[in-house]
Amino acid sequence: MTDDLNRLSATRWDVVVVGGGNAALCAAIEVAETGASVLMLEGAPETYRGGNSRHTRNFRCKHDAPLSVLTDAYEEDEFFDDLMRVTKGKTDEHLARLAIRKSEEALPWMEAHGVRFQPSLSGTLSLGRTNAFFLGGGKALVNAYYNTAADLGVRVVYEAQVRHVGIEGRRFTHVEVEKDGVTHRIEGRAIVLAAGGFQGDIDWLARAWGESARNFLIRGTPYNKGVVLRDMLDQGAESVGDPTQCHAVAIDGRAPKYDGGIVTRLDCVPFSVVVNRDGDRFYDEGEDVWPKRYAIWGRLVAAQPEQVAYSIIDSRSIDLFMPSVYPPESADTIDGLAQKLGLPGAKLRETVERFNAACTDGSFSPQELDGLATTGIEPAKTNWARPIAEPPFYGYVLRPGVTFTYLGLRVDETARVTGPEGRYDNIWTAGEMMAGSILGQGYLAGFGMTIGTVFGRIAGQEAAAHVA
Amino acid sequence: MSLDVTLQTDPESFGADATDEARRQVEICNACRYCEGYCSVFPAITRQKVFASGDITQLANLCHNCRGCYYACQYTEPHEFALNLPRALAEVRTESWDRLAWPGGLSETFQKSGVALAGALVAGFALMFFAISALPSGGEGFYAHLGHTAMVAIFAPAFLLPLAAMGVSLTRYWREVGGTRVTWADLREAGASAGRLRNLSGGQGQGCNFEEGDRYTDRRRQMHQLVLYGFLLCFASTSSGTIMHYVFGMEAPYAWYALPKLLGVPGGVMLTVGALGLAWLRTKADPELGAPDVKGGQMGFVLLLAFVGLSGLVLYAATGTAAVPLLLALHLGSVLALFLLIPYSKMAHGFYRFAALVREAQIARAAS
Repeated sequence: MTDDLNRLSATRWDVVVVGGGNAALCAAIEVAETGASVLMLEGAPETYRGGNSRHTRNFRCKHDAPLSVLTDAYEEDEFFDDLMRVTKGKTDEHLARLAIRKSEEALPWMEAHGVRFQPSLSGTLSLGRTNAFFLGGGKALVNAYYNTAADLGVRVVYEAQVRHVGIEGRRFTHVEVEKDGVTHRIEGRAIVLAAGGFQGDIDWLARAWGESARNFLIRGTPYNKGVVLRDMLDQGAESVGDPTQCHAVAIDGRAPKYDGGIVTRLDCVPFSVVVNRDGDRFYDEGEDVWPKRYAIWGRLVAAQPEQVAYSIIDSRSIDLFMPSVYPPESADTIDGLAQKLGLPGAKLRETVERFNAACTDGSFSPQELDGLATTGIEPAKTNWARPIAEPPFYGYVLRPGVTFTYLGLRVDETARVTGPEGRYDNIWTAGEMMAGSILGQGYLAGFGMTIGTVFGRIAGQEAAAHVA
Repeated sequence: MSLDVTLQTDPESFGADATDEARRQVEICNACRYCEGYCSVFPAITRQKVFASGDITQLANLCHNCRGCYYACQYTEPHEFALNLPRALAEVRTESWDRLAWPGGLSETFQKSGVALAGALVAGFALMFFAISALPSGGEGFYAHLGHTAMVAIFAPAFLLPLAAMGVSLTRYWREVGGTRVTWADLREAGASAGRLRNLSGGQGQGCNFEEGDRYTDRRRQMHQLVLYGFLLCFASTSSGTIMHYVFGMEAPYAWYALPKLLGVPGGVMLTVGALGLAWLRTKADPELGAPDVKGGQMGFVLLLAFVGLSGLVLYAATGTAAVPLLLALHLGSVLALFLLIPYSKMAHGFYRFAALVREAQIARAAS
């Protein structure tokens, strides 16, 4: 396909779109619908196209009345309050409210461009009002957009890694793109950057977070290495987001290094005791319901020796959570389980016995905060504190799984990027590359897709207007 | 949420690589659940946490191979999880038909081999040529070439014996998947699903992923239903003729406005168009998402259906010409091959799928 890129580099494109996920596709479709020529450069091979969008499953959407599969209403202020809660105020209110407001018109646009929605999946009923689920998940959405883009005449090149964005003063002129070891120069009149964060680059993560990041697992695509982000920052583009931080959750420690996606999540923590490599507990496992706590456990595990932890349950709890993709280790005694997990047996037994002795009588209720708490141990377990006593015992290994990084490019409400000499004339960005403006900390389920869709569309519309 | 971990059937009542591979994949699907909206298979998976071999057989026969889950899957190769659920279930399915067929051995041959099907077709032709030349004739129309008695003597057993064999297979299937007493509600639910081929609708009527890869189209469902309803019309045509013959003493040939013709002609057209359409779609689809072993046999079967339909129409068109004996032998020969191979060819899928839909209706009701 190198010939292909040779031929394509002979054209001066109206708009070059860098990236191949949700935001890039939304931008490319918006441009192509105006009749302008679009070249999409996706770094991943076709089978892995779509960046982290292929792992997503829903779209958080404001609505004042029932909309498509969404029930009731989810109004701007409630949406914004939810965002404030998870980000602890680290958000650009103007951009955040723009994303929220525009999500309502984005949903019908998505449907009109091939995306199919379904009511929320089993086990996620709490999201039925706020989040519209994609039929088949994010990869089905990505496929639909690629088909729509192809029908509109968008040209896509896979395994095309953009190495450098050529800028003269405030104007983008060309990109240098590498494919099969050959570098091509592609000229364009405008560019949309939607190539994701840098969480796929372990070295960068280790420089930003510390060496311990080498033990992290990456939940999504290995192709988001931040090459384009780095290149733009090196050229003086203004950044947003904490460059040292990433969003990490606790996942199954046996997951693949990259791309484990949704199936590697473990929901057993609230019903377990969690110990570190030394067999010590280190945090209240029952602080809150799991959907509100899984994100902090990424950091908690990351702070433990060797960035690993072990969640121990007994036979009474094995069916209280969604099945895991890997079966748990199991044994009839705590010592036997410790041996299988590679933990110090005597220490684990002591920890479990101390925990069991601290449990009090009361009713155990897995679906709600039951207040069944320990007494006299540190750290306490404040809900679901039932003794780990009925064999067989089960154990899961936990590691931090990185979802995304926060560092990105600063944008204005038109998704335009700012450089050392002020706003660029013809450079826009969308998706994870600018989401740090809005999500400065934490995460709100389905909001990444909202930001990607809304700003992808804005970037595409603005770029198209620029070349019209 | 609580999950039922009790086994539906005896664990490991048989061991098989295809079943183990499907079980591996199903357990990954159960931790993901993104595909819940496509068909009945995924909601069925989420009702359980542990899958006995009989449960895998049931899921495999419930799967209609719409392929939506493959194209939507984050874990297809080159991902190390290497999911290809449509293929894994197709392989379990075709293996289950081999295992459950009675008598054994025939299914392995005719499921896999289009050549064997063609051989059976030729044998059918030969038998009918022999019958036409050797057996007594008497009557008008095609009875002038092969008498009614001779025809009944050949086709009554050729129809009833395979159905009896199919009954044995379905009984075995029912035992393997742990089925309980069938109620009218089960049958109604399964009939509604099969009647609209709901499991090939993509979940929202957009159709499945077949001849255009990751684009949805509804052509496969439309073609399949042309075949299904065309075949049923042809069957109704023959049944109406039988009733007219025995009950009312009205013997063939029938006028164009008589019931057998009013049912049979549209039925034949639908069967032929649908089967040719399915064959054409098959040439466009990715064989790696089905069971490649049986590709030849399945294509052969679809073409056999088309031949049955087309030869019947041509025979009717040729009424009164010298070509009738030849065409009659070809048509009846193909019908004979089709009937005799019911339990051992792709034709069996209709019976197993219906049984799987009935069982699914039972399990779903018990779970709700």
